[in-house]
Amino acid sequence: MPSPGPLRFQLNGQPAEAPSEPSRILLDLLRDDLHLTGTKRGCDLGTCGCCAVLVDGRPTLSCLTLARLVEGRSVTTIEGVSPPQGLSPVQRAFVEVGATQCGFCTPGFIVTATALLRDQPHPDRQEIMRAIAGNLCRCTGYLKIIEAIQLAAERGA
Amino acid sequence: MSTAPPSEYRLIGRKVPYVEGPLKVTGRAEYTDDINRPGQLVGRLLRSPWPHARLRSVDVSAARALPGVFAVLTGERYPTPFGVLPITHDETAIAVDKSRYIGDIIAAVAATDERTAERALALIRFEVDPLPDYSDPRDGLAPVAEPIHARGLNGSNIQKEVVQHFGDVDAAFAKATHKVRVRGNFAGVTHAFTEPMATIAEATPDGRLTVWSATQVPHYLHRSLSEVLGLPMHRIRVIKPEVGGGFGGKSDPLPHEIVCAALAIETGRPVKILIDREDVFYTNHGRHPTQNDIRIALDADGQILAYDIEALIDGGAWSSFGTVTTYYNGVLSMGPYRVPNFRYRGRRVYTTKPPSGAMRAHGGTNIRYSIEVALDQLAETMGVDPFDLRDRNALPPNSTTVNQFRITSTSFRKCLAAARAKSGWDSKFRKLPYGRGVGLGCGFYISGSNSPIHFTPVMPQSTVHLKVDMDGGIAAHSMQADIGQGSNTLLALIVAEVLGVDIERVHVQRVDSDVSPIDLGSYSSRVTFMMGNATRAAAEQLKAQLVAGAAALLGHPAEEIEVGHERYFWRNDPNVEVSFMAALHKAMEERGALVATGSYNTHKVGGTFKGARAGTAPAYSFAAYVAEVEVDVETGVYAVPTVWAAFDCGRVLNRLAVEGQIEGSVHMGLGQVMGESMNYRGTRLMNPSLLEYKIPMPQQMPKVEILLVGDDDPEGPFGAKEAGEGPLIATLPAVGNALYDAVGVRFTDLPITPDKVLKGIDLRRKEGRPWKGA
Repeated sequence: MPSPGPLRFQLNGQPAEAPSEPSRILLDLLRDDLHLTGTKRGCDLGTCGCCAVLVDGRPTLSCLTLARLVEGRSVTTIEGVSPPQGLSPVQRAFVEVGATQCGFCTPGFIVTATALLRDQPHPDRQEIMRAIAGNLCRCTGYLKIIEAIQLAAERGA
Repeated sequence: MSTAPPSEYRLIGRKVPYVEGPLKVTGRAEYTDDINRPGQLVGRLLRSPWPHARLRSVDVSAARALPGVFAVLTGERYPTPFGVLPITHDETAIAVDKSRYIGDIIAAVAATDERTAERALALIRFEVDPLPDYSDPRDGLAPVAEPIHARGLNGSNIQKEVVQHFGDVDAAFAKATHKVRVRGNFAGVTHAFTEPMATIAEATPDGRLTVWSATQVPHYLHRSLSEVLGLPMHRIRVIKPEVGGGFGGKSDPLPHEIVCAALAIETGRPVKILIDREDVFYTNHGRHPTQNDIRIALDADGQILAYDIEALIDGGAWSSFGTVTTYYNGVLSMGPYRVPNFRYRGRRVYTTKPPSGAMRAHGGTNIRYSIEVALDQLAETMGVDPFDLRDRNALPPNSTTVNQFRITSTSFRKCLAAARAKSGWDSKFRKLPYGRGVGLGCGFYISGSNSPIHFTPVMPQSTVHLKVDMDGGIAAHSMQADIGQGSNTLLALIVAEVLGVDIERVHVQRVDSDVSPIDLGSYSSRVTFMMGNATRAAAEQLKAQLVAGAAALLGHPAEEIEVGHERYFWRNDPNVEVSFMAALHKAMEERGALVATGSYNTHKVGGTFKGARAGTAPAYSFAAYVAEVEVDVETGVYAVPTVWAAFDCGRVLNRLAVEGQIEGSVHMGLGQVMGESMNYRGTRLMNPSLLEYKIPMPQQMPKVEILLVGDDDPEGPFGAKEAGEGPLIATLPAVGNALYDAVGVRFTDLPITPDKVLKGIDLRRKEGRPWKGA
């Protein structure tokens, strides 16, 4: 089979190019090839949500996504939702209420919450819980994470 | 009545956001796997498919010959045994003569990339003789055909037996009015932290070895590396990056950490080992599968006369913390109630399964469940309220337990009062409709272990260094390990409080054994108490230097200088002041940067009999939780809508972190009581993934009403005690007892899954014993 051309996609708002390898996983591409280490590897099985990124704005588990599938699409990682200086409103709320403990799940929650509040600026508690149902956290019991998302929503994140 | 003075503190007691929070929410916090070294190789481990087998021979020639392979290691290269406890060194970096469980590391390779490493592993050929496997600890109590370890007691698989008797238990039972017996059965559970273990090692031509590792206890890792690799400690540098949760699972020195270092030495190249999620489950070291059998005797007034406790603990393949576990399953029953007679027999038995070890509220969780259920049962028999029964038996402050634990501060009775009032207990208990109920569970835990695991050389439990130079930033060094619980924030908070400066001035440095003075790490809920005291001592020394500078500038004696916010002022006229920076620069004129060292060590407490040290602590936490449950009596599915968590951690230092610890503990406790279980078929782990090993989802989390009622502890930093592990314990019996109130069934087999609930409900119906009219 002839080798396909390089993989081209939008990464955090910039055009990106990577060598194409049919079996390359998006998480590996991001972390190992592109050195975007904010996206975390928690299970490689789609069970924990630590590797969540936005693909065309939708929360997506990068450990279950073949890199080829983002050809021509837009990928936003935790680095992409972070402003050049300071913090986004969602990030600020997470810091203020203590929604991080070990912090390993946090990037996944931040990108998921960012997408939620973009689509639904005033989610109720049930909607928040549904949105984060794909993200595991073992430290916080989720309570301060939910509180942070509510706080960001109240402030019009 | 509160003995705590009104807060005279600027920061202490407030909600102080975690200092590393901005790095974590942006993905900029650096965990081990985020670090890559030039020329780094991939290290991979071959894990045994045999539960118990003698490794007769191994052929690694094909693996070694594979292009891209730099090293292949088997057990005999580094055979020195190690283990977290100096008295039970029964692990090796790689299995030497036998495989002892499915998942045991039997070989390792370092190669250019993952695929080559995997291919090399597949080329390693072992010849083995299968040996009998032992999945049930009961089968290991007598001498066995093939003991898992030579050190098993008298040819059995018993790793540790503890027998203790204080007072006269038989005489107490003979005169008792009320007696109860509860036999508890507890499945093993595991930490399920989100960051899998990871290690990088690099040996450099200057003869040094640097190891970055996701560890809770950098110092014990440092010691183990030195012992097994035969390198002096000063040639090894251990660095702890951010750690994505531990809960005890990263507190043992782990074999892959040593293997990684060995591969780096063999190859001369940096080597990274990532443990994948499945192997995290096989590495385990979670809470032991346990059976306990407890009897409690009360007199006619409901005073506890005696406990008689047996515990059978399934250790898995190695000792790990097991000797401590065996003691704790008995002695951590010595609070929060006064128990004048106590007998205990605990046995921890090796099995050919993944090793169990220390997990949050280590040794204090399963025994507590059985005791609290037993007390609930006794209260019912006697017709007294469960709160009243407990209140009557509360350990008094400044007392000594029958096994000679020194109890100083306890606000346990305040915990009871708060939980009772806030939960609306008196209008709910036995009064809610069938299917709904409330239950009380209490807790007691050590605020650090009084005896360090390593006691040679004699040194403080915790040391903290502070340095402030002309820029006005305060660098703090300590080997305490922030694993997400907020200990870096606590350190910064204490320094800022004592010096009067903004917390942003305090920069807590990453743990690095080259520059961090030793603190024994994050286990046994010791950090707040011990590192907190060491930090305060260091900060007070720095303060004295700064105040001397201020005094020199102001022309008043140092004793008359007070600390303000970013300033120092004359007591008699607060307008006579200098800024922190001016005082600093004055103080530096002669000596340059100001440095200070503070340390903390525990006093000797407790008895002198064998095992007396186990469970001694400089202070203890206390808890009283009420859980409310709602049971669907047709399916057995139940929810826990609310938990009222009254906790005595002494003075609250960082309210944000204490709340976070309690909420997280409730989550983890609910997981164990409601559904988490390491499922084995024989010796084979059946659910090594987060899909099959389910931790609670957001929808299962209750509302947690946190009630912090502790009085100041006399020796804790600013009066504080632990809040990291004790908050888990009371969750389990509160739920178990609430289920009884809801449906009239006692559950002593954990986890309490819906099928068990339904079976209990059906059985009660069949027996014609209606509960609350249903």
